Amino acid sequence: MAAVTLLATEGLSRHFGGVKAVDGVDFALDRGEIRAIIGPNGAGKTTLVGMICGRIDPSRGRVRFEDRDITGLSAWARVQRGIAYTFQITSVFGGLTCFDNVALAAQRRVHGHRALDREVARLLGRVGLADRAGVVAGVLPYGHQRLLEIALGLALKPKLLILDEPTQGLSDAEIDHFCALIRDVAAEATVLLIEHNMAVVMELAQRITVMDNGRILAEGAPEEIRANPQVQEAYLGS
Amino acid sequence: MHTGTRRALLLHLAVLAGLFALQFVLPDYHHRNLARILVLASYAAGYNLLLGYTGLLSLGHAMLFAAGLYGAGLAVQLLGVNAASGFAIGVLSGLALAVAVGLVALRTSGVAFMIVTLMFSQAAFLTTLYFAAFTRGDEGFVLPEASRQYQIGSFFFDLSDPGTRYNFALLLFAACLMATFVLVRSPIGRVLVAIRENEQRTTMLGYHTFRYKLLALAASGAISGAAGAAYALLFSYVGSTFASIQYSILPLLWVLLGGVGTTLGPLIGTVLMFYLVDVISGYTSAYLLLVGVALVLLVLVFPKGILGTVRAKAAPWLP
Ligand SMILES: Nc1ncnc2c1ncn2[C@@H]1O[C@H](COP(=O)(O)OP(=O)(O)OP(=O)(O)O)[C@@H](O)[C@H]1O
Ligand SMILES: [Mg+2]
Repeated sequence: MAAVTLLATEGLSRHFGGVKAVDGVDFALDRGEIRAIIGPNGAGKTTLVGMICGRIDPSRGRVRFEDRDITGLSAWARVQRGIAYTFQITSVFGGLTCFDNVALAAQRRVHGHRALDREVARLLGRVGLADRAGVVAGVLPYGHQRLLEIALGLALKPKLLILDEPTQGLSDAEIDHFCALIRDVAAEATVLLIEHNMAVVMELAQRITVMDNGRILAEGAPEEIRANPQVQEAYLGS
Repeated sequence: MHTGTRRALLLHLAVLAGLFALQFVLPDYHHRNLARILVLASYAAGYNLLLGYTGLLSLGHAMLFAAGLYGAGLAVQLLGVNAASGFAIGVLSGLALAVAVGLVALRTSGVAFMIVTLMFSQAAFLTTLYFAAFTRGDEGFVLPEASRQYQIGSFFFDLSDPGTRYNFALLLFAACLMATFVLVRSPIGRVLVAIRENEQRTTMLGYHTFRYKLLALAASGAISGAAGAAYALLFSYVGSTFASIQYSILPLLWVLLGGVGTTLGPLIGTVLMFYLVDVISGYTSAYLLLVGVALVLLVLVFPKGILGTVRAKAAPWLP
């Protein structure tokens, strides 16, 4: 397979005081793959993707996206180039309706009342919230807010969709629905998934990156990772 | 979605029609008051655009109102331009000052934004006093009668005529109301509300939020400037009181009372507060104390204001 690199980081680091949250990470992602990042709590996963999408400034290192250095770009400009991030802690607009939430994400791309209505309806349908358009997002149950968060990500039509623990708090049925959705999305976008639920990781990911203590501990296909003794010790140990 | 928009549009048009009809039934005293209220409510609408729809609390809007007031007043007084040009100069003054201040003040947020806007506005106030040779400071000046009469084609306007004055005030208010209505229902309005709700998250949807905040402040400045200019031209008086902190607090109060983030709230708040102050000042000169007390009470026990409460309880379609 002739893989094309979509995203690459070089020596990316972020220190918080004495804590090396991310420590010299070289990370590369091919166009079209579904990649999972796993690792224990505090391993630096959220900080790493935070630097990729521009929410967190690196202490050192560079980020390249589609062969351009985007290290100096603001978060909004990276979103416009096709990097979307869904938050680990759900942060949809609680005071706005589901319609307005998704419309906000879609309206930079889709213009005109009718077209926007249609697009928002399609996106809400895709995550299974079709009948919730007029509901204020803040009153939705947690699982539905997570789905709405994913709808916001999809609405941006990103080249790279970063999902930070998307299945946290979802029911089993919702997780099945989510997995189907992501496989579907992967036809159009590269997916980077931070996930603790190993069943989801094994089902979705083509490759897995294991982080520990701010560094990449291992990387490979799911079966290699499962078999890696170092990984078993650090993470899968149970 | 769209039936709500239609209903809201009908309501706005009905309110404007009602205001038009009122001029034929109101006694002189209230007729004069309402003309003044409509201009001040336009100012409140401009303030609400920033506070209610973008979530930015300014304590310096008096400088924008005064920019319009002095822009129009001085242009008419010193340069001898006609009322229409004076109005245009007033609007542009409010707009330009808002953009200039915004480029600095919008780098801050929350309390820092309140303080920075307050300081700019105090500087503007002192400026009106410093250049007393032109502005006559506190005492102010009255526009020459001739400047308020002018001809457009075959139409002759005399802004000192109560009927003309009322209808120009109404025209200004209608323009401000419909402009805010259209803006808040547009995609841009949706982004402004998103910034109010969660600016960080809005950034992560690909919006350069600074630009949108600057746009909101510019629109707010233009509307405030328009109100200030209309005030000078319609009521013929220009003085530094209008640049003082009092005129930064009043629009905040009107908007909070009527309902922050509702298009019709500023009108309701301005009417009620105007008459409240009118009644109270018949008994005591300490009406500023009342303003302060009202402000505290509103924030503590009635934060949604009148229309905000109506919207939450009964009419979610209200814009
Ligand atoms: N803003 C911050 N200030 C100080 N320390 C931080 C900050 N953000 C993260 N850290 C620290 O950096 C380390 C990595 O945190 P990060 O959130 O990236 O981990 P994670 O792998 O996403 O963990 P989790 O699985 O719990 O989400 C942790 O030790 C955390 O305490
Ligand atoms: Mg995390």
